[in-house]
Amino acid sequence: MYRYSEFDELFVRRRVEEFRDQVQRRLSGSLTEDEFKPLRLKNGLYLQLHAYMLRVAIPYGTLDARQMRQLAFIADNWDKGFGHFTTRQNVQFNWPKLADVPEILEALADVGMHAIQTSGNCIRNVTADHFAGAAADEISDPRPTAELLRQWSTDHPEFQYLPRKFKIAVSGSPRDRAVTKAHDIGLRMVRNQRGEPGYEVLIGGGLGRTPMIGATVREFLPENDLLAYVESILRVYNLHGRRDNKYKARLKILVHETGVDSLTHEIEDEFAERKKWFAGVDRELVANLKAAFEPPVFDLSRTRAFEDRKERDSDFRVWTDTNLSRHRCSAYAIATVSLKPIGGTPGDATANQMRVLADIAERLAHDEIRVSHEQNIIFPHIPKDKIPEAYDLLAAAGLHTSNFGLLSDIIACPGMDYCALATARSIPVAQDISRRFHDLGIERTIGEMKIKISGCINACGHHHVGHIGILGLERAGVENYQITLGGDATETAALGDRAGRGFSAEELLPALERLVAEYLRLRDSAGETFLEAYRRMGPEPFRAALYPEAKKLAA
Amino acid sequence: MPRNFALKVITTNRLVEGDAVYLTQAGKWSSEFADAEVFADLGSATSALEKANEQTLFHIGAYLADAEIDPSGRPRPIHYREQIRSRGPSNYFHGKQAEAANV
Ligand code: SF4
Repeated sequence: MYRYSEFDELFVRRRVEEFRDQVQRRLSGSLTEDEFKPLRLKNGLYLQLHAYMLRVAIPYGTLDARQMRQLAFIADNWDKGFGHFTTRQNVQFNWPKLADVPEILEALADVGMHAIQTSGNCIRNVTADHFAGAAADEISDPRPTAELLRQWSTDHPEFQYLPRKFKIAVSGSPRDRAVTKAHDIGLRMVRNQRGEPGYEVLIGGGLGRTPMIGATVREFLPENDLLAYVESILRVYNLHGRRDNKYKARLKILVHETGVDSLTHEIEDEFAERKKWFAGVDRELVANLKAAFEPPVFDLSRTRAFEDRKERDSDFRVWTDTNLSRHRCSAYAIATVSLKPIGGTPGDATANQMRVLADIAERLAHDEIRVSHEQNIIFPHIPKDKIPEAYDLLAAAGLHTSNFGLLSDIIACPGMDYCALATARSIPVAQDISRRFHDLGIERTIGEMKIKISGCINACGHHHVGHIGILGLERAGVENYQITLGGDATETAALGDRAGRGFSAEELLPALERLVAEYLRLRDSAGETFLEAYRRMGPEPFRAALYPEAKKLAA
Repeated sequence: MPRNFALKVITTNRLVEGDAVYLTQAGKWSSEFADAEVFADLGSATSALEKANEQTLFHIGAYLADAEIDPSGRPRPIHYREQIRSRGPSNYFHGKQAEAANV
């Protein structure tokens, strides 16, 4: 696995010391809150409703056992024994005290981790497909690219004060698991007709207040031109992106206001210049990075342990049918560990659970762990022979929920239970939905279903791209939930359509039940997913199910 | 007093712990909403707020929150945001609700 270089180590340590000093000066009163706030945000430290929150970057969602154990240690020592994994492949600690944060950052630095560039108007933590290096359909591992971008963007002098935050995602498979179309820059690894590797480049995607699907500016960018091209995009954005209005400052607005064609011209002009400066510079680096991300040596020997257990244990069989995905090597599987226990908080793991995950990774799964933007944990390389043992360990820690990709595998942001920006709660909504549909026992009948919940218009819960999206708002002093339908986060990305008026917290669950019942009634076969049915029939039948009173009025 | 003027309390988050606190009549910060001094007019609320914000070594900057009087005669938050803030998250028994239970 890739390890930070000495340069990174030195850089991170220096930042910790700098922040320790800043905290001291704030505590002694020589820095005011106004002076201190941007400094703490630069180090991933937010103030939420009940306490500070520290956001720790997990670059491209990759962790090893040692790092996961350290997260557990931090959760036990400075938090209330748990951590929250987010849709940005970060982990958040909800209860640190200000004076302790330098020590937490020190503990993170000990395992090559940090909280830099998790906040502010800079290039944020680069995200990647969580099945990277393992998926059967992969063209190329996206992580060397993500790491190259991370190194290039870390403290890049030109891009520390962008008009607004900037998010990049990389996917290496035709199946887009990294939501590349909802990022400022989305990179999809492709091959041209001659079989050479490169990227399809998308820009201007994003969720939030003004959601937009990214537009392709380059069908094929040769691999070696990546940094020059990305830097060209950033330069054009840095120059033209609006700084007068925070809500119009993202690249997506520039794309929308200027038009893709004219912006593409500008980027290409800039690129023609930039390219000279980059000639060959990063090639050696890329070669080294690729070597660092070489997959483990796979053990191809097999016994019947996996099949035997499946035959005699139906719980195990259901879990394997639901939570395993195809690995590039047939003796292996990709295992998704659901952090969505029925009625639980999406994305939360206790310190003990983190340690169990670390143990399994270390002993049974080539010491690799991933965090997905869907707030689950993944063992990307687990030999099928070891799965029964891993399953038993997961089950003992309450980590064996068989719901990957099903209705209760809900994405939810922290919402108003923690977040200072929230307009409504999202966690209790997720808990209620999960419990109710589990009790109805129809999750498996429904099949693939993505419910995504955000507690405000910032859309950290990706509600626009949920098959069913839920946005929590405030109406006349009470929580109100708006539903969008037909969103999609994959390579066929689409923004959901607003269904109609919002629902109160009490009305929401019955409305969702009507919606799902109508889908089950209308689908043309058991194999037609909710999204497919929605695309075939359009919003009307679903709206009618959500708002039966409208029909009555019309009658 | 205009009919739609809600009673106010002054609240902020403590600098070190980050938790919510409320200004009492004695000029101290309490972690209980019910201990807060209640202001019945905007003028006195605003001037008390300004005074509280002169000194932010202990906290991160105060603001006014709407309150109403509960049957026992003590203030309680009106808006659900302030209710959650004064109680703790709803998914775990953490924060103020847990501290109160420990007393
Ligand atoms: S969507 Fe809003 S409420 Fe949810 S985490 Fe993001 S900012 Fe907070």
